[in-house]
Amino acid sequence: MDAITIHSLSTLVSFILFIGICWWAFSGHSKHRFEEAAQLPFDDEDGDKDVAASDANKG
Amino acid sequence: MQSQATYNYGVVRQFAVMTVVWGIVGMLVGVIIAAQLVWPELNFAEWFHFGRLRPLHTNAVIFAFGGCALFATSYYVVQRTCHTTLFAPALASFTFWGWQLVIVLAAITLPLGITSGKEYAELEWPIDILITLVWVSYAVVFFGTVAKRKTSHIYVANWFYGGFILTVALLHVVNSAEVPVSLFKSYSAYAGVQDAMVQWWYGHNAVGFFLTAGFLGMMYYFVPKQAGRPVYSYRLSVVHFWALIFTYMWAGPHHLHYTALPDWTQSLGMAFSLILLAPSWGGMINGVMTLSGAWHKLRDDPILKFLVTSLAFYGMSTFEGPMMSIKTVNALSHYTDWTIGHVHSGALGWVAMVSIGSIYYLLPKLWGRSEMYSTPLITLHFWVSTIGVVLYIASMWVAGVMQGLMWRATNADGTLTYAFVESVKASYPFWQIRLLGGILFLAGMFIMFYNMVRTISGQKAYNAPVLAPAAAH
Repeated sequence: MDAITIHSLSTLVSFILFIGICWWAFSGHSKHRFEEAAQLPFDDEDGDKDVAASDANKG
Repeated sequence: MQSQATYNYGVVRQFAVMTVVWGIVGMLVGVIIAAQLVWPELNFAEWFHFGRLRPLHTNAVIFAFGGCALFATSYYVVQRTCHTTLFAPALASFTFWGWQLVIVLAAITLPLGITSGKEYAELEWPIDILITLVWVSYAVVFFGTVAKRKTSHIYVANWFYGGFILTVALLHVVNSAEVPVSLFKSYSAYAGVQDAMVQWWYGHNAVGFFLTAGFLGMMYYFVPKQAGRPVYSYRLSVVHFWALIFTYMWAGPHHLHYTALPDWTQSLGMAFSLILLAPSWGGMINGVMTLSGAWHKLRDDPILKFLVTSLAFYGMSTFEGPMMSIKTVNALSHYTDWTIGHVHSGALGWVAMVSIGSIYYLLPKLWGRSEMYSTPLITLHFWVSTIGVVLYIASMWVAGVMQGLMWRATNADGTLTYAFVESVKASYPFWQIRLLGGILFLAGMFIMFYNMVRTISGQKAYNAPVLAPAAAH
């Protein structure tokens, strides 16, 4: 295989991979995982000293 | 369930304080070189010349100010979202002292004229090796911490920080490949147009990964925290991440339009730069929409003002960038002050403002307080710096378009209408306005410094306890 074929194939593979990632991200399958992950910044607030009149809505 | 261990905030505190200090130093050098353009008499010594101070300014604001902000926030965010302490804290301490040494060496060598001449990669080979050591240590600490996390998910901010760390390592090693001829001089391992392409592959990805991906990591943690709501769309953030990864790498050639670079490569760079608008705006919209339902908080929360304004500037500059990469637009804008305006709309408006907002969030937490010493002073800082950015970029836009039009104007007989020096003369008023904008932005950093000192003084450093992650929702 010459360099141009390798380059073309790698571009094609990257493109398919990206479309696959989009499909995966938008499939209902990932919805629950993502909702959990989105809460991660709010999971450990009790440790802060003087937590300001906390209006952070915990999931 | 609470464990005894506390987060490693020590290194976060060090980097957070140095962010403000290096911000002042780097922006002060920027104000000096802006003044040198207005009053050329200020170029009074060779080590104080514009040509030597300009790389000092860019290195100081990007790598010292921006770099410290990235180290501070990434070490904080990765611990808090992974519910674990830093992996190899001694190595983390080495990244702090090593990085400060790099900055000090840059501040000494650049004014002395010791440079490899590559934009944003001017530092000579011994410093390049030190940077590599620090960066590999940074990667070990960061990914080691991710590996020993107590949560099942890796929060999206860590993906952006991780992408930034890996890519910058790759960029630095490839672009800094050089042949030393003495302790203070080396030559690039590449030649001619290949060298130019490697340089701008590096240069544009320094923008894309150092100045974008890392700061997006900041955005994805501190905007939700300050707004008190989870990110608008987590799935959009996943697509945002991978879209940036797949497209940014290709945009570099737009820095070399109408040069010896093959025409097809220029067009490819332009096409990918235009595609980049989509992920950039996806991320911007994701950040801004996180505030939906919490817009009222903007009224009296200056930290949120900084964060949201930074997203507005991110949206503006990532619209402007693709537009300027179009070859016909570039024919007008390149080599003019329009480029300088574009860079500062991104650097002051986006990078500096998101960093400032994040550091204001961090400082009280790191010293066990509920808020900064003075909230009105943060509000003052916000307005002073916003007016500063607007003056800066508006004056550079006008100056840039004017320069581009003057340089290309021809008479009926084909001769140039203006001599170059006439465009310089016409630029003076705009350079004065730019200087004023820069002074205002620098003044804001002094306000921040005072507020920081008052927040810290008399307080004991505070390390929050490591909490076990919440049970599955």
